[in-house]
Amino acid sequence: MVSIDVRGACVDFPIFDAKTRSLKKALLGTVGRAGGKIGIDSGVPIIEALRDITLSLHHGDRVGLIGHNGAGKSTLLRLLSGIYEPTRGSSRIVGKVAPVFDLGVGMDPEISGYENIIIRGLFLGMTRKQMEARTSEIAEFTELGDYLSMPLRTYSTGMRVRLALGVVTSIDPEILLLDEGIGAVDSAFLEKARDRLTSLVERSGLLVFASHSDEFLIELCTSGIWLDHGQIREQGDLRSVLSSYKGKDPFENLSQEALDRISAASIGEAS
Amino acid sequence: MTTPEFMAPLAPTTRSWSRAFEDLTTGWQQRGLWGHLGWQDIKQGYRRSVIGPLWITISLAVQAVGMGILYAALLGQPIRFFLPYLAVGLIIWQFVAGCINEGAEVFIHNEGLIKHLPAPLSVHVFRLVWRQVLFFGHNALVWVALILIFQTQLHWSSLLAIPALLVIVLNGAWVAILIGVIATRYRDIPPVTGSIVTLMFFMTPIVWNYEALRTSTIPQVAERARLAELNPFMHYVEILRRPMIGESFELRDWVVCLAITVVGWTLAMLVLRNYRARVSYWV
Repeated sequence: MVSIDVRGACVDFPIFDAKTRSLKKALLGTVGRAGGKIGIDSGVPIIEALRDITLSLHHGDRVGLIGHNGAGKSTLLRLLSGIYEPTRGSSRIVGKVAPVFDLGVGMDPEISGYENIIIRGLFLGMTRKQMEARTSEIAEFTELGDYLSMPLRTYSTGMRVRLALGVVTSIDPEILLLDEGIGAVDSAFLEKARDRLTSLVERSGLLVFASHSDEFLIELCTSGIWLDHGQIREQGDLRSVLSSYKGKDPFENLSQEALDRISAASIGEAS
Repeated sequence: MTTPEFMAPLAPTTRSWSRAFEDLTTGWQQRGLWGHLGWQDIKQGYRRSVIGPLWITISLAVQAVGMGILYAALLGQPIRFFLPYLAVGLIIWQFVAGCINEGAEVFIHNEGLIKHLPAPLSVHVFRLVWRQVLFFGHNALVWVALILIFQTQLHWSSLLAIPALLVIVLNGAWVAILIGVIATRYRDIPPVTGSIVTLMFFMTPIVWNYEALRTSTIPQVAERARLAELNPFMHYVEILRRPMIGESFELRDWVVCLAITVVGWTLAMLVLRNYRARVSYWV
């Protein structure tokens, strides 16, 4: 059973400049001042990226993260993935985490598309065999054809995004953490990716999705967390959190097409 | 989504021995990943070249033969002994220097991966050490060739090369963890380790023969050569070089190496326990 529990967690980044990062400064700093023990981190400016985060997520939760730029959405996703362990407070993550923050990371320009599929899959917690079994399906989805045996450096930006999306959406994650910015592809392809993304989310045990797109959020998530200056401002039902964030009901602005899709999806879920 | 009602501790705290050991064991379980990446690193360096990773072997052979011919003459050593001696010394040194120099940057270089994918730190360390093992394997072909050419006599005790290599590999891992974490926090460390490694190459009996100088008729030379025994690197080179060139087993080297292995791993575990979770903040 997958779950994420976070209690009173803070994430503070020490900001070392070239000088404070050197050994000399730390040694002189501790020796030079009289009395009292001075921690090595003292005197280093700290950015409090997240403060006092408490949340508890369980199997089946579909959480949308909303907030302004710099509110701490990406940092919170990293806290939830276990990349950052809280500097104060505690967190416990049960389940295999598949973080999809940056489509480019773990991609090697010098090796072929096929090899990149395998490596990226390994990074996301899949085995070599599982990835090999999925390559043909990924090849079909990405429409890259023979290009897959070419080195990645010959790909255009759009082709790279396709490949990365193809790999990412082929895995079976227990905990899926999605960061926004999955939009740099042509719209026809995005329509195709949307289905894969939706089915990926359905396969995953737990989703946390950070996005600025109301449409995507409403489609993929049921509950919401509003982050503001590194703190949770509000959490609960997605529609009400979005309403207080935007100051109006987000459903009003949706196109009829999107509304149809959402209602179709919720009917599908109920049956 | 529910709100927790009580605030009891959830999991062993960030700084605990169990989390440090867990880092090592889960890292080990991801053999598929670092094994593949280690190979990739090797192939990467020689992509688009015709003979590929064989260049590793060739460049070591060129270096060993060139230096061997020169130094055998300078030091008055028989070439059929000195060439394998030098080649094996160079192969071992490449491994040792690789673990230290690349170990200092093991987390700094993997910043992107560390910040984007949750993985035990040991994955990066194992990848590095595995890559060095693969280099060692390529270089060992030169040793095989020299043994065949010079008809070097190997004995049963030559099988000690296997545990000796294992000891050196084990040490490579703690060195990378220890120096890697410290260097991530203090960025002055990599140049420091770089210059120390260069210095130690000359201080360690690799291009010169310790035993020949030790038994030198000039007392000053013999006395100075004895100082090499204080150099831990010498013992690491010796435990593996002796069996590989058919020389007898020396207990002293093993005692020193095993003692350092224990102390080194203790320090590395201490660092891993206290600063493991800080590395992603520091990179």
